[in-house]
Amino acid sequence: MARLNPGSLAIAQEIISRYPVARSALIPLLHLAQEQDGHVTEEAMAHIAELVGVTPAEVMGTCSFYEMLKREPVGEYMVNICNGISCHLLGSSELIHHAEATLGVRPGGTTDDGKITLEAVECIAACTEAPCLQVNYRYRNRVSTADFDQLVDDLRAGTAGVAPHGKLAKVRQHIGDERRAGVAVPDGQAQPAWLARNPTDAESGS
Amino acid sequence: MSEPETVVNITVNGRPVQAAPGEWVIAAAERAGVYIPHFCYHPRMKSVGMCRMCIVDIDTGRGPALQPSCMVAVSEGMVVDTASEQTRKAQDGVLEFLLLNHPLDCPVCDKGGECPLQDQTMAYGPGESRFVEEKRHYEKPIPVNSLVYLDRERCILCDRCTRFADEVAGDPLITFQDRGDQTQVNTFPDLPFSSYFSGNTVQICPVGALTAVPYRFKARPWDLAEVESTYPNPMGDRVVVQASRDQVLRYQGVDSDAVNWGWLTDKDRFAFEAAASDLRLAAPLVRGTPLGQPDHSGRELVEATWGQALGRAADAIQSAVADKGPQSVAVLGGARLTNEDQYAWARLAKGVIGTDHVDAQLDDGLPADAVLGLPRATVNRACSPGGTVILLAPDPKEEQGTLYLRLRHAVANDGVQLIELTPRATGLSRLASFRLHHRPGEAAAVAAALVGGDTEAAADGDIGGVPAAAVAAAAAAIADRADQPVTVVLGRPSLAESADFTVAAADELARFANLLSAGGRPGIAFLPVLHRGNVMGALDMGLAPGLLPGRISLADGGPVLAEAWGSVPTASGAGARGILQAAAEGRVEVLILLGADPLGDFPDQKLAAEALDGAGTIVASDLFLNPSALRAHVVFPAAGFAERQGTHTNLEGRITSQRQVVTPPGTARADWAIAAGLAGRLGADFGFGAAEDVWDEISRVAPSHRGLVLEAIDAADDGVVATDSSISFAPPRPATPVPPVDAYSLRLVAARRMYDRGTLVQHAPSLAGLASPAVLALNPYDFDRVGVEPGADVRVISSAGEMDTPVVADPGVPRGTAAFGYNHPDRDARDLVDPEAVVTDLRVQTR
Amino acid sequence: MNAPAPSDLRIITSRFDTDDGHTLAGYERTGGYGGLRRALAMAPADVHGEVRAASLLGRGGAGFPAGVKWGFCPPEVWPRYLVVNGDESEPGTYKDRLLMERDPHQLLEGCLIACYALGLSQCFLYVRGEMAHAQERLAAALNEAYDAGYVGANVLGAEDFSVDITLHWGAGAYIVGEETALIESLEGNRGMPRLKPPYFPASIGLYGKPTIVNNVETLSNLPWIVANGGAAFAAMGAESSTGTRVFAVSGHVAAPGVFEVPFGTTTFRDIIFDPRYAGGMRPGRTLKTFIPGGASAPWFFEEQLDLPLEKAAVDKAGSMLGSGAIVVMDDTTDVVEACHNVVRFFARESCGKCTPCREGTSWLEKILSRILAGQGRPQDLDLLMDVCDNISPGVSWPPRQTTICPLGPSAVSPIASALERFRADFEAYLPATAVSVTTASGAAP
Repeated sequence: MARLNPGSLAIAQEIISRYPVARSALIPLLHLAQEQDGHVTEEAMAHIAELVGVTPAEVMGTCSFYEMLKREPVGEYMVNICNGISCHLLGSSELIHHAEATLGVRPGGTTDDGKITLEAVECIAACTEAPCLQVNYRYRNRVSTADFDQLVDDLRAGTAGVAPHGKLAKVRQHIGDERRAGVAVPDGQAQPAWLARNPTDAESGS
Repeated sequence: MSEPETVVNITVNGRPVQAAPGEWVIAAAERAGVYIPHFCYHPRMKSVGMCRMCIVDIDTGRGPALQPSCMVAVSEGMVVDTASEQTRKAQDGVLEFLLLNHPLDCPVCDKGGECPLQDQTMAYGPGESRFVEEKRHYEKPIPVNSLVYLDRERCILCDRCTRFADEVAGDPLITFQDRGDQTQVNTFPDLPFSSYFSGNTVQICPVGALTAVPYRFKARPWDLAEVESTYPNPMGDRVVVQASRDQVLRYQGVDSDAVNWGWLTDKDRFAFEAAASDLRLAAPLVRGTPLGQPDHSGRELVEATWGQALGRAADAIQSAVADKGPQSVAVLGGARLTNEDQYAWARLAKGVIGTDHVDAQLDDGLPADAVLGLPRATVNRACSPGGTVILLAPDPKEEQGTLYLRLRHAVANDGVQLIELTPRATGLSRLASFRLHHRPGEAAAVAAALVGGDTEAAADGDIGGVPAAAVAAAAAAIADRADQPVTVVLGRPSLAESADFTVAAADELARFANLLSAGGRPGIAFLPVLHRGNVMGALDMGLAPGLLPGRISLADGGPVLAEAWGSVPTASGAGARGILQAAAEGRVEVLILLGADPLGDFPDQKLAAEALDGAGTIVASDLFLNPSALRAHVVFPAAGFAERQGTHTNLEGRITSQRQVVTPPGTARADWAIAAGLAGRLGADFGFGAAEDVWDEISRVAPSHRGLVLEAIDAADDGVVATDSSISFAPPRPATPVPPVDAYSLRLVAARRMYDRGTLVQHAPSLAGLASPAVLALNPYDFDRVGVEPGADVRVISSAGEMDTPVVADPGVPRGTAAFGYNHPDRDARDLVDPEAVVTDLRVQTR
Repeated sequence: MNAPAPSDLRIITSRFDTDDGHTLAGYERTGGYGGLRRALAMAPADVHGEVRAASLLGRGGAGFPAGVKWGFCPPEVWPRYLVVNGDESEPGTYKDRLLMERDPHQLLEGCLIACYALGLSQCFLYVRGEMAHAQERLAAALNEAYDAGYVGANVLGAEDFSVDITLHWGAGAYIVGEETALIESLEGNRGMPRLKPPYFPASIGLYGKPTIVNNVETLSNLPWIVANGGAAFAAMGAESSTGTRVFAVSGHVAAPGVFEVPFGTTTFRDIIFDPRYAGGMRPGRTLKTFIPGGASAPWFFEEQLDLPLEKAAVDKAGSMLGSGAIVVMDDTTDVVEACHNVVRFFARESCGKCTPCREGTSWLEKILSRILAGQGRPQDLDLLMDVCDNISPGVSWPPRQTTICPLGPSAVSPIASALERFRADFEAYLPATAVSVTTASGAAP
């Protein structure tokens, strides 16, 4: 629970290498820290500041802007019930009330067993599947109260098939060195070579 | 600023206005006398258009539209209406929005009475609030550092402080956090806004969100008497001095285009506390009974009348001159006085007593000819867009804060290329184009290669510890920009090496004058940065051996000054080191200390102690009874900044006025009056009734200052730069050789930091705690070689001494070099620097 | 009903029914990367020409012609970047996520075509943080495409064409969908919009360099356009709104869904009521109002149902097609609650940079909350409108703004729409004593 561990650090270095300016890697690295610890610790922010060459205050400024980046511990599962307009029209408020009653917490709160943090979130782009929710950013569509209860049971039993909070994509981008085109640094670049192509040359080459 | 090449014609509220190309509408309107209300806009920072208070109707031919006047540049034919119904409605709306969550605690707010938000509300605000909801609440003021408190409830999120921290100071340690209407300014937890410049955020805060701890609840703006003046630092920062009940309570920076742009360092801003210290000298002191004879038995200093003190000092001088000749009297210090004070003391020493053993610098500066004999630059020249700055000096961030801010802006925003020719990294390194971090003492070799372009010769691809390729690249970069000014910032980068090395490097760079000045190009000039507030005035006023007032040598100026003064010394005297050596050998009958504390401030502590033991009568004029003054036989209480009139000379040679705002403590007097009083006792009537009389004489008799009348100085926006000089640069040739460093040693770099054990810092309660003992810093790659661990306590041994200190890793320190702080409390480089050697080498051992 | 069958003329959702359309094999089997091969056989300027000829309107919300936007790159300033806006978050909007999850290679191919056409040296694919599945589908597609030589060094063996596509995640902030805020976020900063001018990042964008920011749907159209020609694309849909567009129809309809339809010829009535699309209102219910183009858009009513889904027509009628999000509300809807829901969204998502949006949207939300709680005052309805006027002077469409970006004025849309049409619904929430009082007091403009 602290700075990035060696495994995370190696991934962090690869992520940084994809950007012309290291600071661009800030948000991906904050996700990485959250994946490691379940939330973004101050130690991780300070470490990331070192990695991308900014101050910890600047990392905090960025980190605190984005809702997904949690600076305090949260439950193993974030259950985010959509409260966007489309879901609202189809009963999200009732679902949220049900969730509050079932879990015994208000939105933003975490159950006593530390398993579930409930949030009422803005539109998550599943509007035709209202009311919907996400568990650690995995969708559940057209959720009834019964569906919700089942979900809670599954989460508590560990049978929901959802990775702990912090883990997003199960596949990471990886660019092998031989396939890498190379970052385009902001200064000192010339016009890309292919722009000089004309159709005749190209056709003859294809 | 230079005159705009062309003019853009716009109309503001029906009146034609001529604006400069690229000028913001808000600035053009303000110059034309139309004030557009604003909170986030600040002319010295990038516009962000966030507060929206300055939105006005701007018509660029497509009809009037509300646009932020801080973000829209003037264009030909533009029509601006700052009073339209639409503008008024929008601005009223913004003001109402800003007040929604702003607490109504104006009566207990430091900003009350000088608050732009309050002013706008009084002028235009709604009579009553339509907001019945609960306001935002935050914990009331939280410290962002030990000097500045932040009240987030009052904050209107204008981004001024955070922009200043990032853009101007380069210390982005306060940032916006959270989002939307929960946005707040804050630091990272437990990581304070440790910036040398944090007080500026208080000054530019448009509400009372940021307050300065030393000023909190001290006064209301309407109770403050204020006057514009010049802060006595080498930059000559323009300030407003504010006082209430005869006590200085605040300095505020003034936006002088030529100098500080409104900024101040915290060290200077809060040094006013020292002026009000209970420890200030308020009455003359003499040792022993005032009516008795000088007492060497160690009896107490006791209060005396001015007559008694002046008499005692005059008697001592008279008998010294009579018994041992005028050369048995020596004067040390004076670099913190006004030009008038310096002139009066110089005239007393050289014209009345007849001694040339006079030195305002304490062997920690540069020879006067390197300052007065090289082509002099202004700050604006150094910062002119597209130019080149060669830094052959100590870290400006540590030593010349506002110069650092100017240089930083120029490099970050105006395309100035910075070439560091320093023995270690500085606060500007991150922005530097070339970091030629040489081995201590070897700047001249690098400079020679830069000028000569002869970088091939280096056998191991290394010149003075710098890769030859880097030197070659820097040389090429200088050549590429030869049509723009090249400015050398010149000072002592390290007090652990002889000044000769810096002079030799300057000598090499001066050769650029021929190469760069061809064909009407601007060529090269030097901006000297030396320690102590008015050191430049001291050199100009002749407080240096071999010099007379007006930048002229004893030899050349003797006849001129003799006419005015009656006589001048017949032989050149010694510098500070020579004076102290003579004192140590019993050859100084009277040692006069002008705000000087050799025991605390002279590099060679052993010599300073021996000198004070060996001196006859010691006469001190000072603000405080510092360790050296404590050894004096006569102590004059001197008036300090804001307690007397006078003028100041900055590093450019710029002369500006200082004003009296409060009365000095007790019977303290201006130094010029003390010198004149002493002169009177010695039979010479200077005829000075006021500081203005002294300047009048300077402007008549000092060759470089002839005709620079006070009225002209005060009439100009930024004072007047004295440019004449008849001093020639005469570096010692051949240059002093640098001894090789052995494989087991590290060569020492010793430099000052912002907060040290200097008198003002230590007497300002808010600042004193910011000075800390020095620690040894090594390159991370040197630890293995030396065999110690980062963070360990180690023993450091030099030819001059040894001490125990923690050692830290600092990639800004080149390999083979060790850095240690100078003039720090408790652990200080002076205990290691070998004053007999031209460089100091260290060995580091585990304890 | 004149709407074409849903299966007709599908361009970018054509693989949604293919189980393995997201894999390289599935993509190649269904003609994938044909557009790229064709593009590489053309001069880059000619590829740009095809896109211009297609009159492809940007699908992110503003509806600016993509080919024109591409032309704003200043000459001789390099490098240029491509930033893909996959930060879909406008309430009611649901199509970019599907395009990323179900046909990621189509998007990558579009990116490569854009990079080739404009000389863009690196592409950043900014995916909304909450879309974990889209992120992994794109990551997998990128890894496949790199291995197969479509992306990275020497695309399809070309010695002179190499470009990296860097997958990037957001972390939860609606405002980052605004293109300058997206660039700030991509630079590692708080996602706060930049000041305009410059109006387009094409002149000064990422790292201060020319940057094309295009929406996922916009770019997903490129493979088809290049493969079939811009003229063929322009031949579909209406004259000024060409090709197809993907609309999400949500809310109180019988069959909410995501539909690709010819752009500009289909009407709101078609897509809401046609059984092949959303199938009309829920049984026994009637239409009260609908949002035609995402939460930022002023609301439409019965009388606008026959407008075509065409940019100019909808603009002229006082709203926008925006991000292709149609949210339908029936007669059971509590419009005060619905209005509050949308305003709360903008208040929560305001970045906080400029005063009118930061303070104004949250003030609006607080007033509406108070009204819903039965604490409304008679003057509150006029106050709401006056606060709206201070955020968006004149409360007109297209909105003027005292703000930096359109987020603040977006919060005005639902209030202006709902209050004008359903003022009585608001008054019904005011305490009985309040309703009887005239609303003249207190709300001085």
